[in-house]
Amino acid sequence: MKLKLPNPGLDNRIPSHGDLEKMEKEEAGDRPKWDNKAQYLLTCVGFCVGLGNVWRFPYLCQSHGGGAFMIPFLILLVLEGIPLLHLEFAIGQRLRKGSVGVWRSINPYLTGVGIASLIVSFLVGMYYNTIMAWIMWYLFNSFQNPLPWSQCPLNANRTGLVEECARSTTVDYFWYRETLNTSADIEESGGLQWWMVLALVSAWTLLYVCCIRGIETTGKAVYITSTLPYVVLTIFLIRGLTLKGSVEGIKFLFTPDVNELMNPATWLDAGAQVFYSFSLAFGGLISFSSYNSIHNNCEQDAVLISIINGCTSVYSATVIYSIIGFRATQKYDDCMGNNIFKLMNAFNYPENTITESNYDQILVQLNQTSPHIIQGLDLQTCDMQFFLSQGVEGTGLAFIVFTEAIIKMPFSPLWAVLFFIMLFCLGLSTMFGNIEGVVVPLQDLRVLPRTWPKEVFCGLTCLISFAFGLIFALRSGNYWLALFDNFAGSIPLLVIGFCEMIAVIYIYGVDRFNEDIEFMIGHKPNIFWQVTWRVVSPVIMIFILVFYFVTQVTKSLTYLVWDQEAESFPTLEPRPYPSFVYVIIFILAGVPSLAIPAFAFFKFIQKKCCKQKDYSENTVDTISAKIQMTFSVKY
Amino acid sequence: MFEKIFFLLCLSTALAEQLCRPEASDGYRVRLSIKTALGDEAYVWNDNEMFLFRATLAFAMRNQISGQEFEVSNIIVCDETPRVSFWFVVTSPQNTSQLVDKESVEEAVRKSRNRINSAFLLTDKTLEFIGIPPTLAAPVNPDTPPWLIVFGLVMGAVGAGIIVLLASSVVQKKRKNDEKPDDEEIDEETRVKTVENSAASEGIYNRSFSDDERFTHM
Repeated sequence: MKLKLPNPGLDNRIPSHGDLEKMEKEEAGDRPKWDNKAQYLLTCVGFCVGLGNVWRFPYLCQSHGGGAFMIPFLILLVLEGIPLLHLEFAIGQRLRKGSVGVWRSINPYLTGVGIASLIVSFLVGMYYNTIMAWIMWYLFNSFQNPLPWSQCPLNANRTGLVEECARSTTVDYFWYRETLNTSADIEESGGLQWWMVLALVSAWTLLYVCCIRGIETTGKAVYITSTLPYVVLTIFLIRGLTLKGSVEGIKFLFTPDVNELMNPATWLDAGAQVFYSFSLAFGGLISFSSYNSIHNNCEQDAVLISIINGCTSVYSATVIYSIIGFRATQKYDDCMGNNIFKLMNAFNYPENTITESNYDQILVQLNQTSPHIIQGLDLQTCDMQFFLSQGVEGTGLAFIVFTEAIIKMPFSPLWAVLFFIMLFCLGLSTMFGNIEGVVVPLQDLRVLPRTWPKEVFCGLTCLISFAFGLIFALRSGNYWLALFDNFAGSIPLLVIGFCEMIAVIYIYGVDRFNEDIEFMIGHKPNIFWQVTWRVVSPVIMIFILVFYFVTQVTKSLTYLVWDQEAESFPTLEPRPYPSFVYVIIFILAGVPSLAIPAFAFFKFIQKKCCKQKDYSENTVDTISAKIQMTFSVKY
Repeated sequence: MFEKIFFLLCLSTALAEQLCRPEASDGYRVRLSIKTALGDEAYVWNDNEMFLFRATLAFAMRNQISGQEFEVSNIIVCDETPRVSFWFVVTSPQNTSQLVDKESVEEAVRKSRNRINSAFLLTDKTLEFIGIPPTLAAPVNPDTPPWLIVFGLVMGAVGAGIIVLLASSVVQKKRKNDEKPDDEEIDEETRVKTVENSAASEGIYNRSFSDDERFTHM
């Protein structure tokens, strides 16, 4: 498709190929650079591989037909993930600016795309770092034996356990009461929980110390934060495979159910997972690749990082489910053990006469002879499938299911420390990309004086995010976080991603883009890239966007509540949102998405009424202007 | 004579059996799960083990009610099942037809629970006295929560890192500002030199670009 929208003045806004070669030779000191390729790759891998790989992908895989889910996942990875990734890498490397700078260079009316990326990065960074604070809280609490989530506290007069804990489990109690101190409703905000505030402080200051000088410091930090998760995953895999029942979990994960492929929700979830997993449309990847040398092979990088991301998802799913299989087997054994005990005690059979193998037989026998006793015993049904499919997504996986598995393993504090360090590293490296996606556009927008050093920008970002993030330290913080997660980090990203594709292919021009890539890596992108960029990926993105939007709008908006008075306690109870929340949802999802047309409109008005003020990017083509440029390159 | 002794024995056994009735008011049911607790090293439950139990319980009663000398014969056991569970009652040493009340027995068992458990290599869960719940072990609660200590360490390290990095960047900037006038000199020289070289091949060197004043500082 040779469709190209008119875009006057593009050459004046972007450096030409000659300029780029000159900048490369003279090693312009203004823009930061990667120390080596490994740093760049590790940073991108760290940004892409995040908590979603550990606690979202395994759940999707298992619930959408196990091994069969690999098929839509791989197909969409190749058709959607890799092209978009290559596009972001290439455009960042070519135009050598952060997200706002890139879109402003392509066309000033597109600045809104960069601003939308900035807003989304800010909102997502706010709640993502709160999850980091939770992880740090658990990490701090892992340095004791026995672990605090393995015991229930005693009640006031020391006659028994606290009621809330006795009715649910120790891990539930520790998470909902001692960590979050959650209220029963999003409207009951409660007060700030001081321990949560301290955890937030530690999360933000640790992030600040790593991001303080931009990629100079994060480039060093990623050597640890991007590699440690793999080491820990391997340790857990080896440990997990030696535990009883782990193979059950892995079988449960990968057992294919080909009928799920007929379900459109499977493909929708696969597409959404690929998109979010690659951290596209945040602006961070564009920034990172703008620090590369001009002839860096971005095509190879895109393919390599996509493969690493996909493999990490599958690998971590295997590890997680081996541990979940262990936990499920333990719970099943406990459940059966309890039932057998009850039977033995009621009928005074000697020990070991009833085992798991003859339990059913004997139960049937006894039911015939004395059904009233059996009824009085209140035997539980022990279902392995139920235990395997319990709460295996999101924070529930990390803070409830996995912690429960850990307390059943010998040397629990060691495994707890390892697990939470791994989660922490995964999240921290993603936060580096988020901060990059906020700080660099702020610098590009020149909102604050340019002479201010990067440390101040970074510090201000962290401070303001922390201040707003205190909302998550309230008693209702968990509900607010779920709200943010569902709406701030979903639809706006799809919109931005779609706009990015259209902007690069049809406004910047796919021909010019092809030439740029040929200049950068030495050969023109082949037919695969052409087809996917022009047609396949935008179409897939539109599909996902429309379906996502429709499903979100049609389903009644409810949230899950931990309420002691609810009937279904200790299961979470769904409750509809109060009406003021709809306004907030609109702000979260609408403001970034609407920033794109709003800014275009604003620029249009600006141009129309204040024509003479527009001397921002248009450089005059004279000798003195060229000398100016040499000056700036030197310093 | 022998008939009398025989008759008395039968009577006492009969009386004992009357005193010890399952679900009677002043006794407790005991349940042992030896195989669960010890697995392969489980011992077989026989009369000797029962004797040990009665002796241990007599010991517990002696500890509880000081002065009264409980004997093995004061602990009466009945209703043994293959499960290894049985009912016991305690008779008073002064009057063998009177039972010691429930509360005292419970107290005695509670106090010496640990000793009774260890006599049989069992735990609270595997040696159950039905109706006497075990005292729950209070959860370990250190004075300073350990997480605060770790938090302090981490914050200390992070704070030190921030200060070091900020200070080093301030120092770097100062150094750059001091070096800048020197840098400018050197730059001017090189620039002039390159112009000179290219001018040598191109034509006349235009002196208007160089500033004579600055050379004299050399």
